[in-house]
Amino acid sequence: MEKFEKVVSRAVPMPIEDIDTDQIIPARFLKATSRDGFGDNLFRDWRYEQNGNPKTDFVLNDNTFSGRILVAGRNFGCGSSREHAAWALADYGFKVVVSSFFADIFKGNALNNGILPVQVSDEYLLGLLDAIQENPETEITIDLVNQQISYQDQKETFKVNVYKKECLINGYDDIDYLINMKSEIEAYEASSLVV
Amino acid sequence: MGKTLFDKVWDAHVVKSLEGDIDVLYIDRHLIHEVTSPQAFSELEKRGLSLFRKEKMVATPDHNIPTKDQHLPIKEALSKHQVDTLLANCAKHDVELYGLGHPFQGIVHVIGPELGITLPGRTMVCGDSHTSTHGAFGAIAFGIGTSQVAQVMASQCLLQSRPKTMRITVDGELKKGVLAKDIILYIIAQLTAAGGTGYFIEYAGSTIQSLSMEARMTICNMSIEMGARGGMIAPDDTTFNYIKGREFAPKGEAFEEAVSYWKTLHSDSGASFDKEYTFHANDIEPMITYGTNPGMGIKITKEVPLSMGNGSQDSFNKSLDYMGFKPGESLLGKPINHVFIGSCTNSRIEDLRIVADYVKGKKKAENVTAMIVPGSKQVEQQAIAEGLHEVLSAAGFELREPGCSACLGMNEDKVPAGEYCVSTSNRNFEGRQGPGARTLLASPLVAAVTAIEGKIVDITKHLN
Repeated sequence: MEKFEKVVSRAVPMPIEDIDTDQIIPARFLKATSRDGFGDNLFRDWRYEQNGNPKTDFVLNDNTFSGRILVAGRNFGCGSSREHAAWALADYGFKVVVSSFFADIFKGNALNNGILPVQVSDEYLLGLLDAIQENPETEITIDLVNQQISYQDQKETFKVNVYKKECLINGYDDIDYLINMKSEIEAYEASSLVV
Repeated sequence: MGKTLFDKVWDAHVVKSLEGDIDVLYIDRHLIHEVTSPQAFSELEKRGLSLFRKEKMVATPDHNIPTKDQHLPIKEALSKHQVDTLLANCAKHDVELYGLGHPFQGIVHVIGPELGITLPGRTMVCGDSHTSTHGAFGAIAFGIGTSQVAQVMASQCLLQSRPKTMRITVDGELKKGVLAKDIILYIIAQLTAAGGTGYFIEYAGSTIQSLSMEARMTICNMSIEMGARGGMIAPDDTTFNYIKGREFAPKGEAFEEAVSYWKTLHSDSGASFDKEYTFHANDIEPMITYGTNPGMGIKITKEVPLSMGNGSQDSFNKSLDYMGFKPGESLLGKPINHVFIGSCTNSRIEDLRIVADYVKGKKKAENVTAMIVPGSKQVEQQAIAEGLHEVLSAAGFELREPGCSACLGMNEDKVPAGEYCVSTSNRNFEGRQGPGARTLLASPLVAAVTAIEGKIVDITKHLN
């Protein structure tokens, strides 16, 4: 996994609640057997007409907004466990999703792909969305080391698991950790009621 | 202080606890399918790793397969490639596979229980969020992403933070026409689509205890629709009787030994939960959803609400616009052109029996296309043995071959844009059953009555 550095970027606002992983990447685009290219179909049915023409009123088709940070309404990433949702966001170029609440499985999938889910308070989210709408050039800083999000003079700290933080900063994957634990896992198998 | 059912099973599987409240959790069974496993096999190969415990894995294609003519080669090239990739990976790594045409093939969450792979006290995972289904047996079962599929393949373990615990108690006797699906849609409507996030749920109470295993699976299946990692029910005689004699279940003395262990798997009387809810069966009626997440459900005779509690009005309005419904209106009388009976939520033999029992001697409405997709080859064969296929066919229902089908619209079984579908599946998200499709989630009984009437009705007036 790529190391997660401090992100300073403009942001794309998506003030919709309960954005599910079927919207992030519809099931009919899950037929690939590699991890590549999912960004083309990110938010496919909100982004394109059925004939493939871009929907001009959708934020990803609006040149006013850009950046590596997606700011979305509460309960982002609910629904299916498809990691393709995280791959699509990463492939499109997002490094951070800011929301006031994340679905569990999405949060885990994001972290396993070097995307940082930043959970902020409802008030902070509203202020941030307003600021971006008012001035799309608003720069947002995501400082993982100090667990702080800031724009203009508005700061808030966010939580991140200490282990996952280490993984992100150093670019470690869980699998690296687990495959080095084989003897402990075998000892567990020998001692437990494993069936 | 006593332990919860969840604590007992989780604690028995902790290999090691790490700093930061993360446990290395041992996984007893790993189910895989064609959609979320290919990149995990590639990851393993890229790292030069082999499967750590291949005998703890079972594979079946379900999400991306046709439900017609399964004996013929898959026509759609990308789907064929994905299914072929699963077959090739399983052959190469020597994983137990139930491919198309195999008598054990089916939706992964239907075959696990029916084959006796799902057992009380086990930890089970699958690259699919509805893995929560298996919790009906008192197992800890949850969905994972593909990176985690690779981790389990490589180590039989996952790094997991321990979820909080919630108990949902439902007591009392169910009213006529109210099924397990109505119970869970009712609960989700009360708690919202995010109400269970961060929790593992235990369902308890006299109503839950009175349910069959298949009905319990319907309840646990939809735990994820509240955001919960999983849901579980303490195993009892209903559970043990269901498991006894199944293909991979312990046999003879081993079964008796297992039962005596399984009997310890319940929440102790002094156990405390981080959150508790209690509901009364008497308050539950046949349910239907009107919006674009499973928390947007109402009693079928009630009106669409004007707003969603604390949710944003813009998101609520966007959802109703998509569905073509107005705040405050009743859904009764709305014409419905599509009925889908299937999915890991409601495609088991009891579901098919409920539908067949109602439609026997009746005919579907002319405007309706009614598709019924059994959850597995075993369910399909059982339905045929009981003559249900003839009853369904006479009523104008099309009985397909097993798969996930129109639950997620990955194959050609889709609902056309703008059309309404009363569906026994688990998600009513925008476009879930096809681009522009409008899904109304309901029980198999509501689906059956809708198919006959061609519109939404108060089903209780149609029951004998």
